[in-house]
This record gives sequence, C-alpha cells and structure tokens, in this order.
Amino acid sequence: MNDDSKGRVLELGDVWKTYGSDPPVAALRGVSLSVRESELAAIVGPSGSGKSTLLHVIGTLELPTSGTVRIEGIEVAGLDDRATAALRARSIGFVFQQFFLAEHSSVLENVADGLLYSGVAAAQRRQRAAAALEAVGLGHRGSFRPSKLSGGERQRVAIARALVGRPAILLADEPTGNLDSASGAAILELLHELNAGGSTILVITHDRELAASLPRQIEILDGRIARDSGQGIA
Amino acid sequence: MSSRAPALRPGRLLPADVARVASVGIRTRRTRAALSALGIAIGVAAIVAVLGLSSSSQAGLLAEIDRLGTNLLTVGNGQTLSGEKAQLPLSAPEMIGRIGPVEAVASTATIEGLDVYRNPDVPAVETNSLSLRATSLDLPAVVGTAVGQGLFLNAATAREPVAVLGAAAARRLGIDRLYLGQRIWVAGRWFYLAGILRPAALAHEIDESVLIGFPAAKRYLGYTARSGGKLVPGPPTKIYLRSATSQVEAVHEVLAQTANPQAPNEVEISQPSDALTARAKAKGAFNSLFLGLGAVALLVGAVGVANIMVISVLERRSEIGLRRALGATKGQIRGQFLAEAILLALIGGAVGVATGIAATVVYSSAKGWEVVVPTSAWVGGLGAAVVIGAVAGLVPALRAARLSPTEALRTV
Repeated sequence: MNDDSKGRVLELGDVWKTYGSDPPVAALRGVSLSVRESELAAIVGPSGSGKSTLLHVIGTLELPTSGTVRIEGIEVAGLDDRATAALRARSIGFVFQQFFLAEHSSVLENVADGLLYSGVAAAQRRQRAAAALEAVGLGHRGSFRPSKLSGGERQRVAIARALVGRPAILLADEPTGNLDSASGAAILELLHELNAGGSTILVITHDRELAASLPRQIEILDGRIARDSGQGIA
Repeated sequence: MSSRAPALRPGRLLPADVARVASVGIRTRRTRAALSALGIAIGVAAIVAVLGLSSSSQAGLLAEIDRLGTNLLTVGNGQTLSGEKAQLPLSAPEMIGRIGPVEAVASTATIEGLDVYRNPDVPAVETNSLSLRATSLDLPAVVGTAVGQGLFLNAATAREPVAVLGAAAARRLGIDRLYLGQRIWVAGRWFYLAGILRPAALAHEIDESVLIGFPAAKRYLGYTARSGGKLVPGPPTKIYLRSATSQVEAVHEVLAQTANPQAPNEVEISQPSDALTARAKAKGAFNSLFLGLGAVALLVGAVGVANIMVISVLERRSEIGLRRALGATKGQIRGQFLAEAILLALIGGAVGVATGIAATVVYSSAKGWEVVVPTSAWVGGLGAAVVIGAVAGLVPALRAARLSPTEALRTV
C-alpha cells in the first residue's frame, strides 16, 4: 500500500460472496472499491443486484467468502466476534430504511444507545446524544417518544444515533425508502450537510435519481461494479 | 496500520446498563411479563408460606409447651395381671407428695356408672360422654389451667352438691354463661354450678369432666373406700403432680414404686407434654407434600418463563440485529436475554417471598404464634428463582446470540 491509502476509510479488494453450496449462488463477484474520508457516495442498483450483500459486507455484519475488506486500514477477516463488534461500535454507523427506534425510550435515549456498546459512560453518552440531536435539527425533541415524531424526524433520530459515535463510515440503507418525497429530500439535504461537516457517507439505494444527486455513484449489477463515477478520483 | 487492531476491545456494559437493557422486554410488555412471572411467584409463595407456617406453628407449639411446662406427670390406675382395672392405694397422693422434688400433687377419681345431664328431662341416653370426677382442690394449678368463669371448689363447696365443669363439658351441656343458682342433674340429684374451667392442654380428660369434691362424692354419691375401719372418700384413679423440671426423670423412676409399693406394675405413668413435643417434632412431616406442590408450581413457572423468552427472541429479531449493528458482541446479546430471564424470575420470586411472608404473618398472628420465617426459606426462594431464570433463559439467550445480524435485520 502506498501513502495514498492514508485517507481511505474503506477498501474492498476482489470481494466475493457466495451463498449455499448446491449450487453456490454468488451475490458479489469480485468487487473492488475504495472510499476516502469525507466522501458522499451512492451504491445504486436494482433489487437482486447484490447491493444489500455489499452493505452487509462493508458493515462487517457478514464476512466475504474471499477477498479483503479493510475498515480504517483494519482487515476484517482476521477478527473474532468481539473485535468485529468493537470495530462496528467504533467505525461504522448504520441507518436503516425502517429506522429501528425503541418506542419505549425517549428520542435522546435512542440516540445515546448508539454509544451503548462503545464503553462510554452514561452521562457522556447523553451529552453527546444531545449534541448529535442538535446536529440533525432535533435538539428540542430529546424528551419525546419516537412514536410522537413524523417519519422524517424519526429518520433524523436514526441518523443522529448512527453519528453519535463519530464513525468513520455512515452506511445508510435506503434512508428515504419509507418517507414521502418532501421528507426524503430533507433527509438527503441533511446527509449533504453532514458530509460537508466531514462525515463519510455511503447511501445504498435503488433510486437512480437519488444516486445521481450525490457526488459519486457506484453502480452494482449482478454482483459486480458496473460503473463507478469516482474511479478516476480514487 | 494493523497496529490499531489490539485496541479493538468491545466496550463493557456497566451494571446499570445491563439492568436497563435486561428490563427492556419486561418494561415494554408488562402484562406478559407479569403473567409469566406469576407461576414462579406462586411456587415461591407456596414454599415460603409452608416453611414459614410450619416454623411458626412449631414455635407456637414450643412456646405452649414452655408455658405448660414439661414437668407434669400423671399416675393412673393400670390393670392387674388378670386384666381387671387396678386400684391405687388411698395413700398414694400423700406418698407421692413425700418424694423430694415433687412440688405439687392433685388427685382425681373417676366415678364410673353415673351420668350428668343438664336437667332431669333430658333422655337418659344423651350422656354427652361426660365423665364425673371427684377432685382435690389444687387441680387447676397442677394441670396448668385456670377457672374461666365463677370459682373452683373450695373446702366448703367440696362437701356440698356443687360442681365445676371442664371446658368441653360446659360446651356439651350447652352452658356458656353461669348464673346464680344454676344447677345440673348429677346421678339423680341437683348439683349447683360453681365455675367453668379453661381448656387444659395437658389434661384433656379434665376438659370433659364434671368435677366435684371428694367429700361430696362420698356423701352424695357413695364413692367410698374402707380405711382403718372407717369409710373415707376413696380411691384416687388419677394423680397429677409437678416435679422440679430437672428431676422429672428421677421422679418418673420412683413413681410407680411410691404410688403402689405392693403392685408397682399396676400403675400407669405418663408425661402429657410428651405428646405435644412429639407433635412439634412431627410438624415437618406434612411439609414435604406442600413443598412438592411448590416445586411443581416452580417447574411450571420455569416453563412459562422459557416460553416467553423464546417468543421474545423471535419477536425482537430486529432489536437484536440493531444492537449487533451498534456494536454488541454475541456475548452481550446472550447476557441481555439471560439477564432478562433471571430478572423476570427474580421479580416473580420476590413477589412470591412477599406473599409467602404475608400469608405466614396473617395466619400466625391469627393463631397467636410468633412469626418465624426461616432465612433459608426466603433466601432459598429467591435463589431458586435466580436458578430457574438462568436455566429457563439459557436456550433462548443462546439462540438470540446465534442469530446472524443480517438475518435479524431482514425481518421487520
């Protein structure tokens, strides 16, 4: 690796992922890709293209069958469950289409739980959660239950929860999929803002229009990268 | 760059976090949690109550024994070698009174063949199984009872047709209140009532007796024996005596010889407190049945908790997936569900202990016993709950930890 690798928070080298054995089905077929700090990129592709598998592999929720995955320079394949979990806690933030908020907890507690497994003291978790809520424009909603919020606001809470640990990469899986177009546009705007503030964000989507609005598009088709608009830059 | 790898240690949850995470499922599904903890609560309550009640009743019995004293001995007329009813010598009470450690002696004589009725109009067959006894004047003190209403016999009334009723005898005759001039029909003549005794726990035969004085027995009922050419009220059939507590054994040994030197084998000696002591010891016997029932309830409760935890893991797949995505290790997921099962069982156990103690307090207070809940009962109850929670939660917790995060996140 050359000096150039310094700014790369994510590197995939010839990643294959196959499921089953009789016959094996390949979801990813030799994906190589690198993402630099402070990038905002879309991984776009139709359903069945392998983008969800790619999300799971990048998020260290699944190990590749072959190939290398490096998060902040750390090779994931060599890690056990505890180390992988610690890596997720430290370096990766997830935002899901379905928000996955705990309805019985306040918005602030939901965000603070983003740090639950990071070894941060409770008081500090709340402090940082309040700051993260402020950053997504929901500083005044901390004491609310998620059920009292609109869909767009809920997704903002989920984004705050993903960002509260200041991860190296934010993985957003169809972040606007459950939202009306106005709320979706607002979320996208927020992602732009956060990116401008220095966050590295990968948006996984099937929506080409949405992808086109982001600085870089990585198109996936049949488990391969069909086009990567950022190839030249990397 | 790989030099950062050693820093990859998962953050530890603080005890407060563990408790909060473990209580998520319980807080969000209160009714379900309450119902599944109920089985354990019932089981623990049954066990604690059984142990508490038996300890309390034992304490009550021991206190009663203590109050009544274990130093009461009775001397009765036994049987002769030919199987007939033996007679105690007229001098037996006096002789027994001369044994050094004997503190008090009272004698009674059952007068056979005579019946007692409320009045002459009562049909002769309705004898109420009462027995008529002549008694010496210190009987209540010696057997450990007291007069409940009225007076006991005294030197004057002992020579007149006057009777005192035992507690059960009064009940059977339907006399619950004394009034002046009240009479009963004894062996064909009126006897005035002087008093009613309280129950005598160590001498139930007194409870069922109608008591009259020895002189009256001689004068009105012809209960006599010949002594030195004179007719005297005669012979005693049961003698009650109190000895110095430390000397009971020694007194016991010489009693038969003293009471009837000519035929010691015809004397029947007993220590009434033995029966109570035996009862106190036997208190533990019926426990095993109820403890068994409690154990079955606990087992059912355990199945209930296990069932709820299995369902909970299935329902909360997305929560599990999310926690894994946030950086929870398999061990932390396992710990969360195990802790939840233990917490659930512990809540049930705590409610059960409280209920069991409450039941013991209520029942013991009603019975006038000292409330005794053995430490082993409530500590054991809580301990059993923890163990049950751990066992019941183990498989669901392992399942939750094994769930792959991607699979968990796929289900919504």
